Amino acid sequence: MRSSGQDQQKVHTLWQRLHIDIPLLLGLLTLLALGLFLVYSAGGQEVAVVYRKARSIGVALLGMFIVAQIPPLVYRKWAVPVFVLGLLMLVSVLLFGHVGKGAQRWLDLGFIKFQPSEIMKLIVPIMIAWFVSQDSLPVKISTVVQAFILVLLPTLLIAKQPDLGTSLLIASSGIFVIFLAGASWKLISACVGLASAFVPILWMFLMKPYQKQRVMTFLNPEQDPLGSGYHIIQSKIAIGSGGIEGKGWLQGTQSQLEFLPERHTDFIFSVFSEEFGLIGVAALLAVYLFVVMRGLWIAVNAQHAFTKLLAGSLTLTFFVYVFVNIGMVSGLLPVVGVPLPLVSYGGTSMVTLMLGFGILMAISTHRRFHV
Amino acid sequence: MSPRRVVIRNQSAEANLFARRTFIAFSVVVLVLLVLFGNVFNLQVESFEKYQTRSNSNRIKLLPVAPNRGLIYDRNGVLLADNKPVYSLEVIAEDVDDIKASVEQVSLLLNISSERQAKFFKSMKSKRRFKPVELHSRLSDQQVALFSVNQHKFPGVFVNARLKRYYPFSDLTTHNLGYVARINRKDAKKLEQEGKSENYAATYGIGRLGIERYYEDMLHGTIGHQEVEINNQGRVIRTLNYTPPVPGKDLTLTLDIELQMIAKRALSGKRGAVVAMDPRTGGILAMYSNPSFDGNLFVHGISSKNYSKLLNSKDLPLINRSVQGYPPASTVKPFLALTGLEEKIITPDTQIHDPGWYQLEGLPNKYRDWKPWGHGMVNLTKAIEQSCNIYFYDLAFKLGITKISNMMEKFGFGDYTGIDIHEESKAIMPSVAWKRERYNKSWYTGETLSVGIGQSYWTVTPLQLTQALTTLVNHGERKVPHLLKANSELIIESSGNAYHQITPTIYEPRAPLKLKDDKNWNVVLEAMHSTVQKFGATAYKPFKGSTYDASGKTGSAQVARIKQDEKYDAKATSENQRDNAMFIAFAPFDKPEIVVAVAIENVAKGGGATNAAPVARQVMDQYFGDRVITSQTHKTKVNSATPTKHHEAD
Repeated sequence: MRSSGQDQQKVHTLWQRLHIDIPLLLGLLTLLALGLFLVYSAGGQEVAVVYRKARSIGVALLGMFIVAQIPPLVYRKWAVPVFVLGLLMLVSVLLFGHVGKGAQRWLDLGFIKFQPSEIMKLIVPIMIAWFVSQDSLPVKISTVVQAFILVLLPTLLIAKQPDLGTSLLIASSGIFVIFLAGASWKLISACVGLASAFVPILWMFLMKPYQKQRVMTFLNPEQDPLGSGYHIIQSKIAIGSGGIEGKGWLQGTQSQLEFLPERHTDFIFSVFSEEFGLIGVAALLAVYLFVVMRGLWIAVNAQHAFTKLLAGSLTLTFFVYVFVNIGMVSGLLPVVGVPLPLVSYGGTSMVTLMLGFGILMAISTHRRFHV
Repeated sequence: MSPRRVVIRNQSAEANLFARRTFIAFSVVVLVLLVLFGNVFNLQVESFEKYQTRSNSNRIKLLPVAPNRGLIYDRNGVLLADNKPVYSLEVIAEDVDDIKASVEQVSLLLNISSERQAKFFKSMKSKRRFKPVELHSRLSDQQVALFSVNQHKFPGVFVNARLKRYYPFSDLTTHNLGYVARINRKDAKKLEQEGKSENYAATYGIGRLGIERYYEDMLHGTIGHQEVEINNQGRVIRTLNYTPPVPGKDLTLTLDIELQMIAKRALSGKRGAVVAMDPRTGGILAMYSNPSFDGNLFVHGISSKNYSKLLNSKDLPLINRSVQGYPPASTVKPFLALTGLEEKIITPDTQIHDPGWYQLEGLPNKYRDWKPWGHGMVNLTKAIEQSCNIYFYDLAFKLGITKISNMMEKFGFGDYTGIDIHEESKAIMPSVAWKRERYNKSWYTGETLSVGIGQSYWTVTPLQLTQALTTLVNHGERKVPHLLKANSELIIESSGNAYHQITPTIYEPRAPLKLKDDKNWNVVLEAMHSTVQKFGATAYKPFKGSTYDASGKTGSAQVARIKQDEKYDAKATSENQRDNAMFIAFAPFDKPEIVVAVAIENVAKGGGATNAAPVARQVMDQYFGDRVITSQTHKTKVNSATPTKHHEAD
């Protein structure tokens, strides 16, 4: 369509043909490499932990590369059936799911165990982007309402597992699509009002005691410094004691002496802040900002409403990870299980994120894409 | 691609809308990043010190290191209180593969009882796996050797050495030194109140009784610290800093352990006490109370069986008799005579007639002399030489209780001597006011007569007797009785040089006792001299052949009251009702170097001269050795010889 002569030339570069977006890849590799160093420091300086993390990175990069080869057209085509399949899997998780850490998240298919909620992180934005891009933008109110219902279904199913972090991410991925599709400001204000009204209902009927406890702890961690407040207090001590320059790699006493819990997963940002200080934090935030900027640049330059919305949503959801994780470990938000994207140890969420970036790369490189 | 209907799209309008929305989203992203960064900035820059402190208090722990307790020596440098290593067998659970088998095998090897094993497994449950747990608290040298050879078979099992107090002379020094015992709850509370808890954080024991208690602060030293890094389990990761403890000061006492041994030997089989003091300084040369007990028993925590044995013994070994009150009997007659002279009731030549009894006008009671037929005409010197009761009944009657007790208080009777142990008793110097307060009764003249021969309510401690005698031989110059001669402190200079800095203890002299007529001192002292040196005087026999020109005074105290016209017969009286034997002595006459007081309880036969004086003689013989001392003021039979043993004044 808008494929002009100058765009045509770019397509023929080597990376374009491999469907790799170099600036984005560099940003991602920086984060993944940092993850390796931090996991070594936070994981008791065990090479085995680093090895496992490296293997996940390999799998994730491969996944990203494969996904980048698929033209975005294919996602739109399969949006509905895949979404329906995803919902069915979420229902079956609740019915037959494998219980781990007090929550039903895993589905055991005999040969493989996986978390349907993870894959929903990709399916939901695809589905909503498909749904709202059928009409011309900006979206109509009736479409918004229908889209909301589509978002709410998987969100509630996942919240029921319970997995507050993932349901939050999935809800935001859908909402971002609706926002980027130009939902009217009046509607947005109304929704914010409605959401505020929903909070007491959420507190009284939907949240489990441990979730309420987390919120209470967030509001006043010092109330129970050795119990529920321990995580957040130790995390703030780790971050604060890092100072401007940090204690140095492998020198963080809070993490090396194991005062900090969940060091290599959710609280890896605290390890980073302790060892690399404010300077390190500034650099890390700059890398995240760069990745977000590149993602949004791809979205703005995408050639169709569907790809624009999908790219925008994936990028902004990636940022939600950053915000929620850093916010929670530094005491701005209650503790919800969201990892620091690409840096935390834990293969599942990283693979999902990298697949998302694969989609972004596909969007940025498959230019011959017509309605 | 099957849209529900064909839509005609305004592509550029859509792109513009999307770009606007993306820009808004991007602005929010930047804003959120700024908030995140601002929050981290607040933690890492604004509150940095707070969190750094909290991080350090998380990981840094001060482990207290106990200082070595100061040692105690006698005046000649003989070690009286030592710190000896005690070996315990300990196990660190996490270093042992099969803890049960390992403990069983090592117990079989070292013959450790199953009770100890059971205790071990019980205490293991409450300890962390990397902390040592005690399997045996006191290994014998043989067990230590046996284990050392087999140690390689028992990883995680090891021998730990701790220093504990050891008294090589055991019961010989217990009443003087006291002992160190485990800090109990009461001690801990007291330390807390005195703000010393921190200094005792690693200390096992604290001084009980005697020197150990009195000089606890000097002996204890200052705690050291090991600054270590720990992890969240409390496991020590590494040592960051080490401040060594400052050992306690070593103490040198005025005691002479050889003299102490002689005192013990002289008292063997008897209940009683000997105190020997240097009148030039007030330093105690020997102080022994028999029977005694072994202070070492208390260091490791005495068994209740042993303790009740000590507690219930009829001989009361736990009591330090050197500082407990006894009726002084005739040993106080020289002091009473001096009071008479001072108050001008008598002169050295005043004579009275002694028919063998004394009776107050208008009263039926007869006060008896120890000699049934009396001493005839008696002056002061004879009264002391022969210990004539009638002379002193008369003197006491004429003086009255108030003048007596006033003067006796100046000699220190009825009050603490101020010796550097806390177990001292004040004993009793009776007076009108004392009786009023104690019994709410008025004073009877008959009681004054009894006081005249050192009876009635009057009690003195052997230590008080040596103190009073010191004042007497010094013509009123008073000394503070004491055991501590000097302390020595290890000084480590910054250059690394280490040396012991010895600080002699200085005792402030007390205000002297002044007489109206200074000649009276010698009147009384001469009488004591002839009591020992004159043939036929009461203490002549026990000191016959001594070469150091001794002087003294005997005493025999009634413990049971004898009824009118009844004669005391030791054999017919139950053992604990028999008389006490007392004796005081000093030598040489011209320049006294030693004063001695002896008290012996419930003697079978005889009195002070036959029971107590020989004890003093043995102590003095040991003190003077082969020295022969000729009096310049008296013509004595012995001529000078080369002294072989010489005691310096302290």
